[in-house]
Amino acid sequence: MKSILEREVALSDDVSTAELLRELVEHLRQHRTELREEWARRITEAKVLTAMTDAEIFAEATSVYDNYVAALATGTFEALQTYSRNLSERIIPRGVETHEVVGIVLLLRDVLARSLFAKYQTDFQVLNRILDAYEPAANRIANTVAVGFVQERERIIRQQQEAIRELSTPVLQVRERLLILPIIGVIDPQRARQLTEQLLHGIRANRARVVVIDITGVAAMDSHVANHLVQTVEASRLLGATVIVTGLSPEIAQTLVKIGVDLGKMNTVGDLQGGIEEAERLLGYKVVPTQEVQSQISGFREES
Amino acid sequence: MSVPILKQAQYLIATIQSALSDEDLLALQTALVEKVGKYRSRGVIVDVTALDVLDSFASRTLRDIAHIIRLRGAETVIVGVQPEVAFAMVQLGITLEKVSTALDLEEGLAYLDKRLQHARAEH
Repeated sequence: MKSILEREVALSDDVSTAELLRELVEHLRQHRTELREEWARRITEAKVLTAMTDAEIFAEATSVYDNYVAALATGTFEALQTYSRNLSERIIPRGVETHEVVGIVLLLRDVLARSLFAKYQTDFQVLNRILDAYEPAANRIANTVAVGFVQERERIIRQQQEAIRELSTPVLQVRERLLILPIIGVIDPQRARQLTEQLLHGIRANRARVVVIDITGVAAMDSHVANHLVQTVEASRLLGATVIVTGLSPEIAQTLVKIGVDLGKMNTVGDLQGGIEEAERLLGYKVVPTQEVQSQISGFREES
Repeated sequence: MSVPILKQAQYLIATIQSALSDEDLLALQTALVEKVGKYRSRGVIVDVTALDVLDSFASRTLRDIAHIIRLRGAETVIVGVQPEVAFAMVQLGITLEKVSTALDLEEGLAYLDKRLQHARAEH
């Protein structure tokens, strides 16, 4: 007997929650203009979204507001998800930060909650129930937008990583049996691995006997990367190729000595030119300027 | 599976054709060390092109072969290490230090020729 009664109460609770939400949505739609303006004012006041103009903020705020209310009304979040992804796509390139996006959604939540307080201030009971209906939905909306934004960010980061990896590192043949591998930028373990693989296959494909690895463009090196470099040198040797490392900057050289990486096995030459000359010597090449060019050079010197 | 050892002029060429057990490796070592004396060879080439894995025992045996053969008065070159194999070996810390390596059989022969010329020039 009692349980049936309880169920009925629960049922009527359910119904009234839906009703309350409907009432809430109605209220939000009626007061759309002023709430939206209030919200835009709060956004400007909080000094977020500085990358966007007031007009843009107001336009964005309008569509966010409508989507927000629609999500409250329907109780489904797919449309909002898609919208927040689109929004992120538009605003991320303009330098909008995660905290700003989360901030404005939370501001909207607060603005709406305030208006609910104002509307129901006479009846605490109803206010309570309205808030019960409103809060979970609002929190979920905030969550959806934030997650959408972060996901979009991560997607962009992944895309860029991909692009960097593709640009990555060419293995170039400069002479018969001589390869150069210019390394530029930051080396992370993944890139280091890919680099080594490319080099080893390059050695095989070009039947290289000497390889010059130029690291002029590498700004910093930690023990991890240094060890990988040593491994690359040793692996190349197993394929029968001699490796010459060039372009160690003074900073890197000092760091390597300080952290105690054993570079004894490595053949190092100051710069790329020296490295190539050393490689040519190893391969038995001798580069001699032809007579004409030599006289031209000396003639040029005399003129200047 | 034993490894055929071919005599070519003053060199011995051992071509490993499939994965070897530890016994096979030791048998190869014994055979090479004996034949170097028997044929008075000046160089030995061990071709590992067919191997897609070189474990620590195999690497150590190859290193031992090279060192023993040096004591017997000849040079050893390991040829044909695959890129993936080389990378895996280095990551395991196996570097075949003090053992000569070359890209393939041709390069190995060229390397030995050069070494012998050097040796003769010094005399």
